[in-house]
Amino acid sequence: MIDVRIQAERFDSAALLAALEADGVGAIASFTGLVRSDVGVTAIELEHYPAMTQASLQALATEAQSRWNLPGAIIVHRVGKMMVGEPIVFVAAASPHRAEALAACAFLIDRLKTDAPFWKKEYRGESAAWVEAKASDNARAANWD
Amino acid sequence: MIQIVYFARVREAIGVDGEQVEVEAGSSIATLIDRLAQESDRHSAAFQDRSKLRFAVDQKMVGADTLLDNAKELAIFPPVTGG
Repeated sequence: MIDVRIQAERFDSAALLAALEADGVGAIASFTGLVRSDVGVTAIELEHYPAMTQASLQALATEAQSRWNLPGAIIVHRVGKMMVGEPIVFVAAASPHRAEALAACAFLIDRLKTDAPFWKKEYRGESAAWVEAKASDNARAANWD
Repeated sequence: MIQIVYFARVREAIGVDGEQVEVEAGSSIATLIDRLAQESDRHSAAFQDRSKLRFAVDQKMVGADTLLDNAKELAIFPPVTGG
């Protein structure tokens, strides 16, 4: 089961995890990314490339399934404006054993950071600035090449 | 004709979501960008730091040397920052 969603609404990570548990797998690893309260940040806004986003996330999940025994994978990414503390992204990987679930989960979020067409803008009160891509994110993603 | 779409900082610098442009046979993304940069100050500013531009042709990430023959849609954007 691969479930990929791009949505403006908040997601319920407990409900998403429960859907994977129903598959009868032995291990589930998940990652949730939240809006961090960096100095002065009040909100963020996520822009994306609608014609490409769904397919790029689907391709990541498919690649993960080709690398690991992964009966279930979920990727949910929100777009639009979000306040500090709100969830942005949810990734989960379900596998018979923990090592594969943990590795697949890390792969999905590391590669999502460099391969999926999303752009983040930070708001500090009235002022807004685009977030710069980090070299450390490229390095983490390259570990999976 | 090719449909160009812009995102994030590039979109804001140029001031439009996208535009249709003529592409000469044999043009690469890099040659098209050079031409657009000469045609307007906004494009010139948006494309000033070529190291900060990324591209997708028909929704697949590609390099700047990719030829645009048969391409329908070219997306130009900064390095992605999702997650």
